[in-house]
Amino acid sequence: MNAQTLMLTAMPVGHTESCGTEAQTIPPRETRSVAATRPKPRPAPLLRDRAKREKTALILKTLLLPLLTFAVIVATWSYLHTHVAPEFPAPSETWEHAKAVLTDPFRDAGPNDKGIGWQLLHSLARVGAGFGLAALVGIPLGFLMGMSRNMQHAFSPLIQILKPVSPLAWLPIGLLLFKAVDPSAIFVIFITCIWPMIINTATGVKAIPQDYMNVAAVLKLDKLELVRRVLFPATLPYVVTGMRLSLGIAWMVIVAAEMLTGGIGIGFWLWDEWNNLNVSSIIVAIGVIGGVGIVLDLMMGFMQNRLDYNKR
Amino acid sequence: MTAYLDLQHIDMTFSSAKGDFNALKDVNLTVKKGEFLALIGHSGCGKSTVLNIVAGLLDASGGVALLKNREIKGPGPNRAVVFQNHSLLPWLTVFENVKLAVDKVMADKPRAERREWVMHNLKLVHMDNAADKRPGEISGGMKQRVGIARALAMQPDVLLMDEPFGALDALTRAHLQDSVMEIQAKLNNTVLMITHDVDEAVLLSDRIVMMTNGPSAGIGEILDVDLPRPRDRLTLAQDPRYHHLRGQVLAFLYQKHLKEAA
Ligand SMILES: Nc1ncnc2c1ncn2[C@@H]1O[C@H](COP(=O)(O)OP(=O)(O)OP(=O)(O)O)[C@@H](O)[C@H]1O
Ligand SMILES: [Mg+2]
Repeated sequence: MNAQTLMLTAMPVGHTESCGTEAQTIPPRETRSVAATRPKPRPAPLLRDRAKREKTALILKTLLLPLLTFAVIVATWSYLHTHVAPEFPAPSETWEHAKAVLTDPFRDAGPNDKGIGWQLLHSLARVGAGFGLAALVGIPLGFLMGMSRNMQHAFSPLIQILKPVSPLAWLPIGLLLFKAVDPSAIFVIFITCIWPMIINTATGVKAIPQDYMNVAAVLKLDKLELVRRVLFPATLPYVVTGMRLSLGIAWMVIVAAEMLTGGIGIGFWLWDEWNNLNVSSIIVAIGVIGGVGIVLDLMMGFMQNRLDYNKR
Repeated sequence: MTAYLDLQHIDMTFSSAKGDFNALKDVNLTVKKGEFLALIGHSGCGKSTVLNIVAGLLDASGGVALLKNREIKGPGPNRAVVFQNHSLLPWLTVFENVKLAVDKVMADKPRAERREWVMHNLKLVHMDNAADKRPGEISGGMKQRVGIARALAMQPDVLLMDEPFGALDALTRAHLQDSVMEIQAKLNNTVLMITHDVDEAVLLSDRIVMMTNGPSAGIGEILDVDLPRPRDRLTLAQDPRYHHLRGQVLAFLYQKHLKEAA
């Protein structure tokens, strides 16, 4: 059913593209390309109706089903509140609190009472710094490892050992090295981000088809040209995938790291609200952290689509 | 005969985890400057391997390959390759793919001249209209044409073509065969072309090198194509010599060789 509607709209477009310049030289295809330049045949009214109906059905489904899930969760939640755990805030109460918190995000009432916007900005700044530093170190290192067998041998075992370690295990080392919480949190994010970046970049370099290397060899591109014209563009999709992965993990890790380091930041804010037994705030924080996570991922996804030559 | 390109006792053994595979054994071939050679043989016999050794992309395990009496060590733009699978860089447009090569071999020329030369070569293969498309947006035959334009634009001493017209329809193929003949006559490049097409081999080449089946493939027979140039496909179609030569290649491929292989 779907395939049918798809074919009706997609086929003529595909034809114009592939026949464009060959049309004049190849008579057998002439007939087809002429058909392609003619105005698109309109689907029969019956089919059009059906396509329309299917489209509305799809929209309803993608909207209604998540709403249904949401309703079930809210219902369970209020049941829990009234019958099982009364210390848990009611949905309505949380909603009111959320409105208060979210409508005044940049409130600044002294060092210990800042709005959620400030908290998020501080967390994001740490993630950005750690992520950026990791990219500066990890991507070149990944290139070297992908290009040179010796580099691969030298670094691979170390990375294999360190990669499965929770980045939070590095926090004490950071505190010891930097004697301050902010750089330590950035350090933890740096560690979080660097492994996927190195590994993806190296994998990307190694996955470059021999064909491209042959072209570079025949043209005798020098090292710099090779990196700029072939290695880098061919590897870019892998690099961006590595960046996307590490940013996702970094956003999870920063919350935990800030709970430990204190100060200002969404993680510590959440922990502080728990100490004040302000459970509504925690629920709001969870929602906000999730939302920011989605935005970060969408941004990276957008970048991925822009830079990946396969998707352009 | 003065050898321009000279293969002496070339052996090629590929070693892999599963063991060694002897692809070529004692391949000897001398080519004169400006000669057009067709390499023909059954699939997998080692034609691309010979070509890659001349290109410098593969190192022969035995014997020497000489170009102008100097041993071939590594690839270089004086031996342009039209790859079997076109090998365009997908992140560059058609124009940029050719320009990458032109920038390399004409580095001393002004920008405008290089641009013009790129467009000239794209026109030659009728791809100037698609100059701004990326390889992902054009058909297989179109990609092959860009690959040919890229190699021609390099004005190489030796033009190596691995089934360059394989993916093309009959008309485009005929047109490109004619252009390649014309360019070759004008520039007097030495050409090594792999083909599966007997007519193409007879029409284009001065000699047809027929390879035996692998493993340990070698050169079975070399056929001189002494048809006068310039050649015209319509006139040749009436020429009994043409049909005789064609018959000889077919006989090698489908009689002598199938029996030997069986
Ligand atoms: N890198 C390699 N490693 C191992 N074996 C190889 C390698 N390259 C080629 N071969 C083998 O060498 C033989 C010759 O390969 P080649 O690509 O030269 O054949 P071909 O004559 O060009 O075939 P086709 O007409 O199908 O392109 C084949 O049996 C192939 O499996
Ligand atoms: Mg081949």
